[in-house]
Amino acid sequence: MEIPVIYNSLHTYLLIAALLFGFGIYGILKHRSLIGILISAELVLCAASVNFMAFNRFLAPDPVVGQVFALFIIGLAAAEAAIILSIIIAVYRNYKSIDPEEPAELAG
Amino acid sequence: MTPLFSVEGLAGVVFFGFILLIIGGALVATHAANLIRAVTGLAVAFIGVAGIYYFLNSPFLALMQILIYAGAICVALVFAVMLAEPMAVKKFQRRHPLAGPGAFAAAGLLAWGLAALAYKTTWPAAPTRVNAGELEEVGRAMMTTFVVSFELISLVLLVAIIGSLVLARNGRSRK
Repeated sequence: MEIPVIYNSLHTYLLIAALLFGFGIYGILKHRSLIGILISAELVLCAASVNFMAFNRFLAPDPVVGQVFALFIIGLAAAEAAIILSIIIAVYRNYKSIDPEEPAELAG
Repeated sequence: MTPLFSVEGLAGVVFFGFILLIIGGALVATHAANLIRAVTGLAVAFIGVAGIYYFLNSPFLALMQILIYAGAICVALVFAVMLAEPMAVKKFQRRHPLAGPGAFAAAGLLAWGLAALAYKTTWPAAPTRVNAGELEEVGRAMMTTFVVSFELISLVLLVAIIGSLVLARNGRSRK
């Protein structure tokens, strides 16, 4: 039995990142609740970080930079998730709903 | 092509497994109507991405991915779902009939564009490495070269903690 070795080429990782990005955009457009949109946005952030790590592994002269950058992305994603979740809970208290079309008071 | 029962072949099988985890988890995260199921799919996809990081020579990042993403963020999401999702969930009705296919077309177009860009570009050859990217060098770079960004990240995290406390506290006294 034979199996192709694909984990040693840059293209594979870029393809995985593009796939994750596509899933994230699809989820953002499709989900009908604020938490679902946040879940899909996390997928997009993950795709960006996979891209950084792939370029870091195959193209960068200093393999430390990409890892530090991915760590920063993880930290920022944690902060972003905390803030968005508290906003969602505040919206839910005021509108009794997490439908993104409910809080439309500012719409003209 | 390489024989299946060698070190490279078995590593390739594990790699395919991680890719399947990512795709399956992302499918569940985007398609589940139940939000708890979507969070579970997200955690599965994150574990797959952690495996990808391991293949990219960074076990430390894989560990951080599992610890922070699959651990902390997913638990916070589950708490938010339990706090904010009404038990008798009302179905989100006002739904344009073209929303699903349109979202699929837009996302497919973007992903196809990115993949085509990755394949069309001639990437420059890999230069010689100045170090091996070990954990020790990551720590040293974080404390010397990137120390300003490191401190700024801690500031952002502090602001996020205080800000989310203030935001979630507002409106509690109203009822």
